[in-house]
Amino acid sequence: MWTYLLRRLLATIPVMLVVTVVVFLMLRLTPGDPAAIIAGDAATSEDIQQIREKLGLERPLLVQFGIYMQNILRGDFGDSFYYKRPVITMVADGLEPTLSLAVFTIVLACLIAVPLGTLAAYKSGSWLDRLVMGFSVIGFSVPVFVIGYLLIYTLSVKLEWFPVQGYQPIAEGITGWAYRLILPSSALSVIFIALIARMTRTSVLEVLNEDYVRTARAKGLSQFKILTRHALRNAAVPIVTIIGIAIAILVSGVVVTESVFVIPGLGSLTLDAIQGRDYPTVQALIILFSLFYVAINLVIDLLYTLLDPRIRY
Amino acid sequence: MSEIISRESVESQQFAERPSIWKRLLRNPSVIIGGLLIAIIIAMVPAASLLTSLDPTEISPRNRNKEPGYTMTLRDDEGTRYKVIARMGTDKLGRDVYTRVVYGARVSLVVGVCVALTSVAVGLLLGLIAGYFRFADAIIMRIMDGLMAIPSILLAIALVSLSGASLLTVIMAIVIPEIPRVVRLVRSIVLTIREEPYVEAAISVGTPTPKILWRHVLPNTIAPLIVQGTFICGSAILLEAILSFLGVGIPPETPTWGNIMAEGRDLFQIYPHSIFYPGIFLTLTVLAINMLGDGLRDTIDPRMSKEI
Repeated sequence: MWTYLLRRLLATIPVMLVVTVVVFLMLRLTPGDPAAIIAGDAATSEDIQQIREKLGLERPLLVQFGIYMQNILRGDFGDSFYYKRPVITMVADGLEPTLSLAVFTIVLACLIAVPLGTLAAYKSGSWLDRLVMGFSVIGFSVPVFVIGYLLIYTLSVKLEWFPVQGYQPIAEGITGWAYRLILPSSALSVIFIALIARMTRTSVLEVLNEDYVRTARAKGLSQFKILTRHALRNAAVPIVTIIGIAIAILVSGVVVTESVFVIPGLGSLTLDAIQGRDYPTVQALIILFSLFYVAINLVIDLLYTLLDPRIRY
Repeated sequence: MSEIISRESVESQQFAERPSIWKRLLRNPSVIIGGLLIAIIIAMVPAASLLTSLDPTEISPRNRNKEPGYTMTLRDDEGTRYKVIARMGTDKLGRDVYTRVVYGARVSLVVGVCVALTSVAVGLLLGLIAGYFRFADAIIMRIMDGLMAIPSILLAIALVSLSGASLLTVIMAIVIPEIPRVVRLVRSIVLTIREEPYVEAAISVGTPTPKILWRHVLPNTIAPLIVQGTFICGSAILLEAILSFLGVGIPPETPTWGNIMAEGRDLFQIYPHSIFYPGIFLTLTVLAINMLGDGLRDTIDPRMSKEI
């Protein structure tokens, strides 16, 4: 187990190396002076010269990469030219809204999708099953901003049940925080409900044909116990895998949702940085989001051993 | 004896009754509904000038922000006035939303098809190399793992913003994050196929490697790649719309569904039509492509339908 963990951790190094190389080359291979791009449109020639020296742009590409990696490993992603602040503190500021949105969405999606998928498998072939499957096809195809605007228009503008847009920090009261997260999370969770419900249905359906489920039925166990104790527990590995994939692809949805609902998180920070051509910030965000993706994959792999004792490394 | 004969006859009967691939496709409801919807949207491309008489980029300050159904008064080149009903209303510059939605189908389809073809072609080449040549495998797959780790939307917006927004850069920016998924698929197929007895036989009689790849490996990748290409087409259309919507895609004057929605954002609470109409078209297009993809997977590539 420990050697596996160590091997798995070591395997993330080449992945992150490729990510940093891609980010590094992206700036170097675009036409134009990287220092001028990093410094931004309003920079003076001294600013540009200073950045050029800091990044070692006069030196060979390999040396430049060394300097760049050294800075990243120290956690120094440079300063945002736009806000004149270290990038890392700006990322820290955007973390709470983004994490709130992401966690709220995934919890909501799991709470709806897992029971729905289990029921669809239990009643496979029924109208409920067809409804769930039909919803999952549609859920894959409706873009999150279309759902978002539909929810805002009907529930906020017309019915005035919810605030239109915005975010309230958790420190200012948990009810207001949750209240404002309901709409954005609902919009974002649709695609994940579709994804998770479909996978839950498939894997529970497979388990329900197993002999031990028949035995459980024969000894007179209630349907609820069969579904939760036997079916869901044995179907857990693929379900957890798909939830992991969902968390990993959540990032794209977060960027769009934050834009639609005006939430001041990492997604909005990314867009502001792109539009302001604030390259140090973009660079840091890409690397940190990729690190998050790699970490999630690691956690899923480790969860397998907890969920299914037959899997040993 | 009689038992054997009857079994054989049953088997040959089953074999004879197995309908051709086209018949099976035409029996699949997902393929029919999805295919019909796509056919209608594709037909909008050559028929655009028949469906609307207006120019999608023509600005008309008098007709700004009108509700759907409003009768616009416009002047033609000679200055004579004529009336046109704005079926889907007008945007904040007085352009006809219906006309822009009709022309927007072009961009979406071009992006979807180009991205699907390019990423499948590049992914196929890299996947064949990675699957067949051990020394290249490690290098290619590490690069692909790294590319997969970067969220596709972030990679795409960073690429577009660095190289300047145009149709070509948007296509390239969507292709790059899609390539690793194709490479992984092709590589896994190649790894299975090269263990097959007929490939081993071909190697043992000294068939040159390019011929093995072409005659034995490539045909096995076609069905999964058609399915994968369909899904890539759908997600590319979606991603293009997201990029345009976020203001980092194709230049705003070009009518694309994402751009129409982006322009409708400020006044959305009063005039939701310029978000909803392109949104409906976008959703239906992606839905149609995904349904077609589901149907294709179930009919021509049953191996994949066991995974999600």
